[in-house]
Amino acid sequence: MRHSSDQRKSHSHDRLYAPIDTAPTATAAKEDGITATMTYDGENEAPKHRTHADSDESMATITPQEDDGTTLEGHEQRPALPPRPSLLGDRPTTPLSPRKRPALQSKPTTAVSSVDIQTLSFPDGSRGTFPTPGSRSVSEAGHGISGGTSTPSSRKVSQNGSEFDDSTSLMSYTPTLRANGDLASLLDEGLNSQSPAWKLLSSQADNVNLFETIDYEDNALLNFDQEFDEVEAVDSKGGNEEQVLLLWKAKLKHYLILSSAGKPIYSRHGDQNLINGYIGIIQTIISFFQDAKDPLMGFTAGGTRFVVLIEGPLYFVAISKLGESDSQLRAQLEALYMQILSTLTLPTLTQLFTNRPNTDLRRPLEGTETLLSSLADTFTKGSPSALLSALECLKIRKSQRHTINNTLLKARTEKLLYGLVVAGGRLVSVIRPKRHSLHPSDLSLIFNMLFEAGSVKAGGGENWIPVCLPGFNKTGYLYMYVSFINAHDGEESSSDQRPSTAGSSPEDEIAILLISTDKESFYELKQMRDDVVAQLESNGSMGIIKAAVRQGRPSTADIVPGTQLRHFLYKSRANVQFMMPSLSPDFSSPLARRKLMSLYHNLHASTHAKHSHVKVLHCVARDSNSLVWTTPLFEFYCIAGPNTSRAGLTHGANKVIQWVKREEERVFIIGGAVF
Amino acid sequence: MAEATAPKPSSSVKLVLLGEAAVGKSSLVLRFVNNDFQENKEPTIGAAFLTQKCNLPTRTIKFEIWDTAGQERFASLAPMYYRNAQSALVVYDLTKPTSLIKAKHWVAELQRQASPGIVIALVGNKLDLTNESSGSGNALGEDSETDAAEGENDDGDARKVSTAEAKTYAEEEGLLFFETSAKNGTNVTEVFTAIANAIPETSLKGARGPGATQSSANRTEDQSRVNLTGPRDSASKEGCAC
Repeated sequence: MRHSSDQRKSHSHDRLYAPIDTAPTATAAKEDGITATMTYDGENEAPKHRTHADSDESMATITPQEDDGTTLEGHEQRPALPPRPSLLGDRPTTPLSPRKRPALQSKPTTAVSSVDIQTLSFPDGSRGTFPTPGSRSVSEAGHGISGGTSTPSSRKVSQNGSEFDDSTSLMSYTPTLRANGDLASLLDEGLNSQSPAWKLLSSQADNVNLFETIDYEDNALLNFDQEFDEVEAVDSKGGNEEQVLLLWKAKLKHYLILSSAGKPIYSRHGDQNLINGYIGIIQTIISFFQDAKDPLMGFTAGGTRFVVLIEGPLYFVAISKLGESDSQLRAQLEALYMQILSTLTLPTLTQLFTNRPNTDLRRPLEGTETLLSSLADTFTKGSPSALLSALECLKIRKSQRHTINNTLLKARTEKLLYGLVVAGGRLVSVIRPKRHSLHPSDLSLIFNMLFEAGSVKAGGGENWIPVCLPGFNKTGYLYMYVSFINAHDGEESSSDQRPSTAGSSPEDEIAILLISTDKESFYELKQMRDDVVAQLESNGSMGIIKAAVRQGRPSTADIVPGTQLRHFLYKSRANVQFMMPSLSPDFSSPLARRKLMSLYHNLHASTHAKHSHVKVLHCVARDSNSLVWTTPLFEFYCIAGPNTSRAGLTHGANKVIQWVKREEERVFIIGGAVF
Repeated sequence: MAEATAPKPSSSVKLVLLGEAAVGKSSLVLRFVNNDFQENKEPTIGAAFLTQKCNLPTRTIKFEIWDTAGQERFASLAPMYYRNAQSALVVYDLTKPTSLIKAKHWVAELQRQASPGIVIALVGNKLDLTNESSGSGNALGEDSETDAAEGENDDGDARKVSTAEAKTYAEEEGLLFFETSAKNGTNVTEVFTAIANAIPETSLKGARGPGATQSSANRTEDQSRVNLTGPRDSASKEGCAC
């Protein structure tokens, strides 16, 4: 059973948007004509008019423009919707209209005027008018989903999100009518770019399990097993250069950092002798475009994408054969830059290069290569957290989290800035001052240091770490007290001495992090930590945390019994947090996990592309069936086996979303504790 | 022994480890505290705080160890750690001459700025990379090593700093001196015991009450944070029933 284009029709009926089929051409024609300036107005206007939308039925759309913080796009191309004369009178007149007109007139379009494209009706018979570019709704009838409410407040919160994604997306209330009816065209343009398999999509596919077949789609990942093996050093005597070079070129992902003067700073693979030549070439290329005042953003060579990020005196280059989008790669490079800032602070970095433009940054960064590498490997393995720029929380009851919050608050010392309890990279509790929030990108740097790189944990004992959190303040250091508790030594009480290093996986580690601005406050925070741990032990919270950690993430089947979904990601945009089920059993191998993540990256790229209007996207491939759905409240990605019907997929998606809604206060930290 | 059962006086001694990056400071501590060793240990970030007891015949010394990161960028934080320290372990890598130079700088800085009575031990680590370690454990045999050290680089001996050179320097400056291997444990406990013995009785903080520590407590349990959190510690230990 295939459900590609033939099913589209029946699906369109659900949506009452059949006429939209004419949209794409008109849209394309008009996109250029609508200028960014208009969107500012659109922004202001949008909240007022949004309320017209039937919030239960509509999915208003917000498209983060992650890779482009500058443009405010106003695509108000909805020429496709036929005018409904009866509603024309309802349309609020907006100050926008006069400014819109010139733009509209300046380009060929099939739209009669801006008026007729802005009236929508909903399946339940209600109508909404949308005179601004800032709002749009997709009706999703008959699915019982009531997720897409769009209120001004929900939009505001989604803006203070993470740096790579949400914070840059405040302008992006792009109307995206195209998503409505024309799913087939979406499938085409969404996912064909990477894998030829998408094109061969056939309705005869009979394999049931995800990713079961090895077909040429997998060629890209053939060497994934060796991706993290070390490339040995070039031995000029041994003459192994050629072989090493082959190994090096076989890597699917490279990250290079160099200074604008062409000094190598960091390379994920290969030693200095190997990469120096390439560094020189890259520096030449980048500088050439720099001199032309037309900075190089990226280029493609064969199946390999090169993306360049320039931050002051530093050049970052990502080289990927994994098919990530430019903006995703750029976000990864930015994370590497943040890691460097976190080590040095911005003023130090600037000063180093001001004083000596050809500074060799490797020395100041000495010892942090492992942090950069673990960050890079996290991206290469595929990290939902990095993809969504969101954090994951440990699922516990609201009251339990409340108790932990209060325990932290009660034990709080004068010098404390942030206090966190983290279990295996998942947040358990945070306390923070009222006026400071914690930036997700900062937290992911910390989590990388603590749970991925292992440099801190391996030493045992307690740690006192100067760290700059660029999202908080990139000019100075904070001081972080860290102590670990192993979730598996239940019998060993406060585990004041971490038992020996072996054995426990990062997933099992519970860490207490106390962050202060005062470098002398170690003993004070240590005291607080002891108080907190003692209190958590005595009120039972520690047991709860340990149990939750040991239990791990629920499987998809636990969440929705009998579902056909194999895995999903749910990002709550307001909370900048995400939720996902366990990766096992389907995705526990690194390769399966990478394929899953590649699929998510594709879905993400399709819905987050600069000019993408896609809000709902259903992808059918030979080995999988996937769906993405974005609303102002959440982004939802899910995947199922290739034989799953679209109805099955949608049904599963709805169930999961209902479940998340019900469990929201357990799955996410909402509000958090402030002092 | 009588003192084996009777509570011995116990006191805390603050100890700081200094030295160039990658000479093996953390590995020495890990060997001393957990009797463990990790190949290719990742660099310390900031500093780690660990505790370990050292039983002497007449008293128990509880080391509060600051294992600092050796990278240049952390150097400005060092005073925070050696201030009020009663002892310091300055480590160099005996296969890397520059690390001894760095060690000498640290010694000078400590003598200039740390508390006057500070006990400093100079430790040459990575003895396992020299060929005298491959023979049977000539643990404290500095004298016998001297000859071997002169002829470095025979049979894959990676030693670059002769025992005599470092020892002479240590004697001039009045430092304790050891060559150790954190990898196979050679001399590690001896360093800490020697420091414990060298701490003058008078500089010890008042002995704890007899109940605070038991001499029978060995290294693997009840190792830490007696002085700061004594009362709470016991409470938290019981609280685990949950």
